[in-house]
Amino acid sequence: MRPATREKLHSLPVDDTIVAVRGVDKSYGSTEALRGIELDFPRGRLTSLLGPSGCGKTTLLKIVAGLLDADKGTVMVDGKAVSGPGPERAFVFQDFALLPWATVLRNVAFGLELRGVPRGERDETARRYVAEVGLSGFEQKYPHELSGGMRQRVGLARALCVDADVLLLDEPFSAVDEQNRRKFQEDLIRLRNTQNKTFIFVTHSIEEAVYISDRIVLLSPRPGRVSQIIEPAIDRSGDPERIRRDRHYLDTVEEIWQGLKQYVD
Amino acid sequence: MTLFGRRVPAMASLIFWGVLWEIVGRTGIIFILPPLSDVLVAAVDLVRQPSWQDATVTTLRAFLIGMALAIGFGIPLGILMGRVRIADELLGMWVNIFSSAPLSALVPVLMILFGFGERTIVAAVFLFAIWIIVLDTRAGVRHIAPSLIEMARSYGASRPALYGKVILLAALPEILAGIRLGLIRGVKGVVIGQLLVSIVGYGALFETFSRNFRMSQFWALTIILFGFALLVAALIERAEARIDYYAGARE
Repeated sequence: MRPATREKLHSLPVDDTIVAVRGVDKSYGSTEALRGIELDFPRGRLTSLLGPSGCGKTTLLKIVAGLLDADKGTVMVDGKAVSGPGPERAFVFQDFALLPWATVLRNVAFGLELRGVPRGERDETARRYVAEVGLSGFEQKYPHELSGGMRQRVGLARALCVDADVLLLDEPFSAVDEQNRRKFQEDLIRLRNTQNKTFIFVTHSIEEAVYISDRIVLLSPRPGRVSQIIEPAIDRSGDPERIRRDRHYLDTVEEIWQGLKQYVD
Repeated sequence: MTLFGRRVPAMASLIFWGVLWEIVGRTGIIFILPPLSDVLVAAVDLVRQPSWQDATVTTLRAFLIGMALAIGFGIPLGILMGRVRIADELLGMWVNIFSSAPLSALVPVLMILFGFGERTIVAAVFLFAIWIIVLDTRAGVRHIAPSLIEMARSYGASRPALYGKVILLAALPEILAGIRLGLIRGVKGVVIGQLLVSIVGYGALFETFSRNFRMSQFWALTIILFGFALLVAALIERAEARIDYYAGARE
């Protein structure tokens, strides 16, 4: 195996890029959240945005989602400039954002419901994704009857259900307990291999980013800027448990930690 | 409540005051207070009379129309204030003033505007009930987690879907609380309106009873009205309890 490699921006061929961020600035009042962000997200890969709090990683993800407008610059998805949310992108929320009055099945099908897909058809699709995230048998439960980990599985199934090309995940496991988080990370690796989708994943956990990502974008805070891009060369084909003992995994975690240490208050 | 170390059932205080009323009434010290038993007899007698039945129909109709208008205008106004900052800043002060102002003072103005009839009563119910509905709806909308609205937007919700499928339902517990309080205030509105107009419905009855010192009928009518107000509140509370099972879990 190769050691962790660093590469320059734009090293990938252009036609492999699904999401392109070009010169994005964003301020909240006098606070500069993002400055001059230039990023390419390769198709079919899992890219993490990693950084300490205040580095604007969630802001960047929401700009890509079309939930926030950039002050300057553009986001292109499949060559088209983003002006708002679109069906080719689906969002997974940190606090799950489930409808408390709706069953698991209806929550999962909600994206399709909003698109006007008929009841029978969308329920059938939703059932498939409920099973995909391992929640079969819970279709008629309500969110408050589920654990935090199960709720986020519902959020993930909802995002898969609309069949978007790009999945945007905003610290999806931060409100989930440790055991569930590990299980989730393993499932995400499996989903990435089977679903053929592009994942953009925001996290503040170095271990999590290294464990799941093909590519890690390190952001530095105040203002948020791209400081480094890392591609951990970790073989994820075998037993997911083994990755956590992999030497490259441990080395990459250490290397990123050394780089981020200076931002710790 | 406990008394001398024993638990006393909730109804006990009601019985205590009932017995006290009966005793004081029988001594005849205060002429406006006949014994409770007389009042209950009068109540049974009262509900049989066509004058009471007509008054009840008139009162109920004015109450229901006024409430329907208050709910129909109050909820949209509350949602507007909860969502649109400029609407909140323009209207917030007035809604707060009206929700705590002594609105009885405005009923004479309503009489000038709407005449001495049912329309004034409807307007009084509306005026008494709407403000708390607006305030609670606004609070409910403000209380919605921002991520729920982002979720709806990111999955492509149209504006009607965003309001109909997410915002209205997410704010429903507070809206129902507002409606419950609004109904109680609406009962006040209908009574005060009718008393001031005094030729319509219960107002006319109250006027007749008190002017002729028919105290047992007067108290019977009062008890019926209190009972109605409590019944309405209890019904809404039951509906709320059914909604609460998710409201409590929505954090």
